[in-house]
Amino acid sequence: MTRPIDSGPDQGEDKETGMLKKSISRRDLLRLAGVGGAGLLFGGAGVGGLFSTKERTAAKNSASEAKTADKNNIISFYGSHQAGIVTPPQDFIVFAAFDLTTASLDEVRMLFKAWTAASASMTSGEMIGSSNNNVNMPPSDTGEAAGLTPSRTTITFGVGPSFFDSRFGLAGKRPEALTELPPFGGDELRSEWSGGDIGVQVNADDLQIAFHAIRNLARIARGKAVLRWTQEGFQRTSGSDPTGSTPRNLMGFKDGTGNPDVHNETEMKKVVWANASDGAGWMDRGSYMVVRRIRIRVEVWDRSTLGDQEATFGRHRDSGAPIGAAHEFDKLDLESKDDKGKPVIPMRSHVRLAHGDGSVKILRRSFSYSSGMDHKTGQLDAGLLFICFNRDSRKQFIPMQQRMGQSDLLNEYIVHTGSAVFACFPGVKEGGYIGETLF
Amino acid sequence: MKFKIVAFLMACTIVFTGCGSNAADKNEPAAVTTNDGKEAAATDDTWEPIVNSYRQFTIEQADTFIIETEKFVTAVKAGDVEKAKQLYAPTRMYYERIEPIADALGDLDPNIDARENDVEEKDWRGFHRIEQALWEKNSTAGMDDYADRLLEDVKLLRALMETVEVEPGLLVTGAVELLNEVSSSKVVGEEERYSHTDLYDFVANVEGASKIHELLKDKLNEKDAALNEQIAKGFADLEQALSAYKTGDGYVSYLELKEEDTKKLSRLIDALAEPLSQMGIILEA
Repeated sequence: MTRPIDSGPDQGEDKETGMLKKSISRRDLLRLAGVGGAGLLFGGAGVGGLFSTKERTAAKNSASEAKTADKNNIISFYGSHQAGIVTPPQDFIVFAAFDLTTASLDEVRMLFKAWTAASASMTSGEMIGSSNNNVNMPPSDTGEAAGLTPSRTTITFGVGPSFFDSRFGLAGKRPEALTELPPFGGDELRSEWSGGDIGVQVNADDLQIAFHAIRNLARIARGKAVLRWTQEGFQRTSGSDPTGSTPRNLMGFKDGTGNPDVHNETEMKKVVWANASDGAGWMDRGSYMVVRRIRIRVEVWDRSTLGDQEATFGRHRDSGAPIGAAHEFDKLDLESKDDKGKPVIPMRSHVRLAHGDGSVKILRRSFSYSSGMDHKTGQLDAGLLFICFNRDSRKQFIPMQQRMGQSDLLNEYIVHTGSAVFACFPGVKEGGYIGETLF
Repeated sequence: MKFKIVAFLMACTIVFTGCGSNAADKNEPAAVTTNDGKEAAATDDTWEPIVNSYRQFTIEQADTFIIETEKFVTAVKAGDVEKAKQLYAPTRMYYERIEPIADALGDLDPNIDARENDVEEKDWRGFHRIEQALWEKNSTAGMDDYADRLLEDVKLLRALMETVEVEPGLLVTGAVELLNEVSSSKVVGEEERYSHTDLYDFVANVEGASKIHELLKDKLNEKDAALNEQIAKGFADLEQALSAYKTGDGYVSYLELKEEDTKKLSRLIDALAEPLSQMGIILEA
């Protein structure tokens, strides 16, 4: 048992809201509760008022869409939307992009049916397949997750723009919102961390379980699809921070993220969920996912002064408060000037640019990553596996990132090395399979 | 020097004596079983012709292997470096096709096929020892003993093959093992460190696996036609990809492969080996 929200005496008396009512952690509330304003790639902006009574109440009373775990830490694979989107972030991620090697849509369909069955088993903590005790055969499940608890595992599937090329005759079904991203300032994208016909996001509170899922999905795909790139990610676990305070990114700053409220269905429909009326009927109740592998120039960051670091974010490192304020959740005052007439929060600080005019929102679901070292330079390869979901990247993520790519002070310390976009399917009912609305 | 040769001959005698009694007294150690599980289906009559065909195939390969090794060894001992280089890779293919059998025969595989550091320096002999001299030193100096011993080892392999009891389980796992060989050393160019003739071994391993599938496909078709079809397609895709690297009677040097060639071939191996590993269902009653 690792999470405060899943334990407690009154658990089970009200499956949907009981957990929230009781002991939602501060950390989860940070993630869940909406504050309006910008979604951020890094750091937090506009978090003032997050813990107002009104919003707490709102979070408590509208838990229906957010995928919360049951008492066995199972998040159902089936549902109206795919799990892993408005689900409160787990401790770990293993992301994988696949390329299809088959040219047959029938085989693609078979693949997604097999993946659906395997995913339903894995998210329930069950073994894949029926041949796990036959000495004459390789076991159908690779076994490293045997006996482990389900650990809030979610598996989320999407297809990239390349899926709609000439191979499968589906070019006409490509949603306009599924567009390749334009080049942004600060991009140094590498093909080994970019693109993919299919994107699969696995989250779990146990890295071994998350790895097990990707490994087995890749195995099931053999002969039909191959791995194109993968990235593991983490954040500090609930075990090491039982109070659930705002997590810090690898730059040492609190990463509070001004996410919209996942319990507010109206808001989710506006920000996250695609609608048939947007153009692509098969994407109704799905969402568009943006994945960016953002390397932090760790060595450079580490030798910049605390003053420069804080000016870059527009926040104090220790408290997380906006510069000039005392507390993490103090209001972001973009108007105030110092005695020389300069803005207290620098014009090109991350917090100011991310906030923008406050009208653009995305649902971000990022993790830190560490991939050993860059052997060319001998430096650490670590950073942020940025992931966000939005209803239409052309109106949400793209304009936001254009603004940041051009002038964010943070760009001196980060570089975008990988990028991919995926149209994540709507959820399925038991008996159906992921992607059935498209294939 | 004289003493060394005498000692070497004595060692050979002992090996052969040991071999004779071994073969006569007890078959079990050389018999190959893959597991202690029930192999109900394996005892039925339909397996006999399959097992016999495979035995015949491996013996044919081993017989030709001796003839070709003799030619190679002759070139080495004559100091004909060019000729020896020319014969090296094609000769090895007869061995690579039947590697599961050789693997089943204990020390024989390292004696014939060990790479440097696979065994202790004093025990290192066989093809790769001579390969190193041919390509690294461009010479056959000091290789006479190794050449002689190689031919003896190859003959011993053929002799011991009589003792191998080929069981259905060996066929099923052998096919996968052949592809695993490719996956772990040939496709990454680590088998032929000096000659870079890895693609010859690659092709021969695949041919060996393909032979097994050919013998089992009727049985497999009865159990799972879709699986059989998937395997057949996997072999066809792989063979087609490999044909792009043919040159003259042989194959291009591994050094000519680009990163994307290696990746493509490796993925085709994985795409084939996964369904191939499910062939075990034909052992079920």
